[in-house]
Amino acid sequence: MHDNEHTSHHEESFLRKYVFSLDHKTIGKQFLIYGLIMFFLGGGLALLFRWKLAYPEKPLPIIGVSQQYLDEGEVVTGADRMWERIYESDEEEWLELYMPAGVMTDAFYNMLFTMHATVMVFFVIVPILVGAFGNFLIPLMIGTRDMAFPILNMLSFWFAVLAAIIMMAGFFVPGGHAAAGWTGYTPLSADAQWTGVEWGQILWGLSLFVQGLSSLVGSINYITTVINMRAPGMTFFRLPLVIWSLFIVAVLLLLAFPVLSSAIVLLVFDRLAGTTFFTATAEGGGDPLLWQHLFWFFGHPEVYILILPGMGIASELIPVFSRKPIFGYRSMVYAMIAIAFLGWIVWGHHMFQSGMRPGLGSIFMTTTMLIAVPSAIKTFNWLGTMFRGSIRFTAPMLHGIAFVSMFVIGGLSGIYMANTPVDVYIHDTYFIVAHIHYVVFGGSLFAVFGGIIFWFPKMYGRYMNDVLSKIHFWLTFIAFNCTFFPMHILGVGGHRRRISNPLAEAVEVVTQEQTFADMNIFITMSAFTLGFAQLILVFNFFWSMYKGKTAEQNPWHVNTLEWEAPTPVPHGNFGQIPTVYRGPYEYSVPGEEADWTPQAQPEHAPATGGD
Amino acid sequence: METQNNIDVRERPPLSNARLAILVLLGAETMLFSGLIGTFLVFRVGNVTWPPPSHIGIELPRVVTGINTALLLISGYTMFQAWRAIQKDSVKQLRNWLLITGILGLLFLGIQGSEWVQLIRKGLTLQSGVYGGIFYVLIGCHAVHVLSAVIWLFIVLGMAMAGRFSADRYTGVDTCTIYWIFVVALWPILYVLVYLS
Repeated sequence: MHDNEHTSHHEESFLRKYVFSLDHKTIGKQFLIYGLIMFFLGGGLALLFRWKLAYPEKPLPIIGVSQQYLDEGEVVTGADRMWERIYESDEEEWLELYMPAGVMTDAFYNMLFTMHATVMVFFVIVPILVGAFGNFLIPLMIGTRDMAFPILNMLSFWFAVLAAIIMMAGFFVPGGHAAAGWTGYTPLSADAQWTGVEWGQILWGLSLFVQGLSSLVGSINYITTVINMRAPGMTFFRLPLVIWSLFIVAVLLLLAFPVLSSAIVLLVFDRLAGTTFFTATAEGGGDPLLWQHLFWFFGHPEVYILILPGMGIASELIPVFSRKPIFGYRSMVYAMIAIAFLGWIVWGHHMFQSGMRPGLGSIFMTTTMLIAVPSAIKTFNWLGTMFRGSIRFTAPMLHGIAFVSMFVIGGLSGIYMANTPVDVYIHDTYFIVAHIHYVVFGGSLFAVFGGIIFWFPKMYGRYMNDVLSKIHFWLTFIAFNCTFFPMHILGVGGHRRRISNPLAEAVEVVTQEQTFADMNIFITMSAFTLGFAQLILVFNFFWSMYKGKTAEQNPWHVNTLEWEAPTPVPHGNFGQIPTVYRGPYEYSVPGEEADWTPQAQPEHAPATGGD
Repeated sequence: METQNNIDVRERPPLSNARLAILVLLGAETMLFSGLIGTFLVFRVGNVTWPPPSHIGIELPRVVTGINTALLLISGYTMFQAWRAIQKDSVKQLRNWLLITGILGLLFLGIQGSEWVQLIRKGLTLQSGVYGGIFYVLIGCHAVHVLSAVIWLFIVLGMAMAGRFSADRYTGVDTCTIYWIFVVALWPILYVLVYLS
């Protein structure tokens, strides 16, 4: 093989190669591992508060005191001994403050759900979808050697790490972490007197500001790379759809995040410098609703930032494993552009309940409903791609199909909430919790899992274990639906979200109280199953890295350029930069011998050995 | 070299990577200021009297800032001249125009700083309601941008002194010029909105 002739021969130091790497593939893998670590952290937070929702007054298992200890004061478990010691010491311990005897305080519950959403949105989904897949795939799939600005690329990763460190520090400062929800609504977040949170909210803001810098640098890099560095012959309409999605998302991130940054600047001034931008005062005060406008002007494009790359990944998986061209390539691209555009003019639909002129509300309602059109185009195109294809039910394909079906459920519940009159009723209930999880977990995360298994052979030169992948898929798929589907029913029944003790909460329909409690216990059990199922993925991931079956260069028989590069991909990616002759989805072309025609395969030479 | 090989087989893009990147960055900067200007407008439109009644007696220095605006606009012109100079391969002219531009930028910051000191003495502070708050944050955000543009400009000037630029190698001057023009062009909008409206 002459593949290595273009790679640099000088030895790179350990730091340069693995830590402060400039290679887009290493940075992509760094983002992936970073995202997975944060995924477990964010999931752990969710499991903690799920326990509280199911058993509001019972101590947590393992770290909480035992029943005997509560009843008779008898020390039975190690946790009992620990709590004895904590109570005897005069020092105020962290655990004692937030979980006396293992029962979570309401204040800590507020921090947990706030940080669960913050971590998942800003530190898991975006880093994995955009950071990991974006970095790994863009140069490989457009046929270039690296990103346009490798140093900025490295900075983008280390800014993200810095942001995560700042965010995690918030748990250990006096007053605890931000507790005003991931949306940080003012005046709740603007003044410490409401939540008792002093530094947590400020660190939350600073961390997101730094994360904004990371996104900014990253998106500048992506946009420049996609526009300027495509391989010869790689026109815009020969780009794989996942690259289109990442490109559009980079534009969204670039334009949306600075608006959040401006809001954060104002919030931090309110906190630190005594301004009153978000607090209504008697004289010359500000406007609490302003925060919601600024936040959701960023926040709604952010919602599409979370889902578009998932759509892109599904658009890669489905044609490959249906062995058919994607149905309606151009309409897929235009649908994504339409979704991205509409994302800017719908932010008000988050605020129907916050006080909005009804006339304005109906405008936002209409624009929101319009999003159903491009979304439906995409869904029917995926179905059309699978229709009469020779579908291979590999693990990535299972995730791709799960993406489409879960996205449909999430999309349909979205239509309910787009309707102002319906939203007024179900706003801030578990219905919306179900909706967001169907879209972001059922949508984005299934795409992430599918993408990891699909591109793993290119990343590490080995397959992920198929049996484990499939066990992980089915466990996740079933536990996911058991966790989040009942939330629709809870929500319609009037169960509000962000309530730490559903039993104490004055639920309007008293007769349903017991039903809600049972359903909450069922949801919590399913959530724990869901959480533990992810351990299989992580075990599989690291085990396969060293012990997996060795993969050939193009194990799934895919057309796109990343599979033209040798495995493992060397520094510089390609021996000779490939030339692109066709679109990315030419599968099962009539008259071709193989059922796949790589993008880099030259125009068909006259067939040999005549038929 | 690897990158060399990469460029050989590709058509030369109409915008270089650096120029494209700086334009993309300006997109983000525009949105940052849109957020702050939007906030200003919410307060401005939401209050019947502006400045609010509690601020009567405090006047923003319109005339001095008007002169300052003129200085900044002139710096935009001198920066453009510096950019023209390097295209004609005149490093000496580049240096002179850059120096003039930098001094104009520093002058702008100095005048604004002294105006701020006087305003604070008169009692307009961050804490004096949203009127003072948004004034200092919005104008301050622009001032931070001018400051970073000035620092960038002096780095470019240093590189020019070291003879790093020529008629066919001037990416540093090019990107700095684009950024400078953005910062200059933004100011009249803020002046009209904050000082004159």
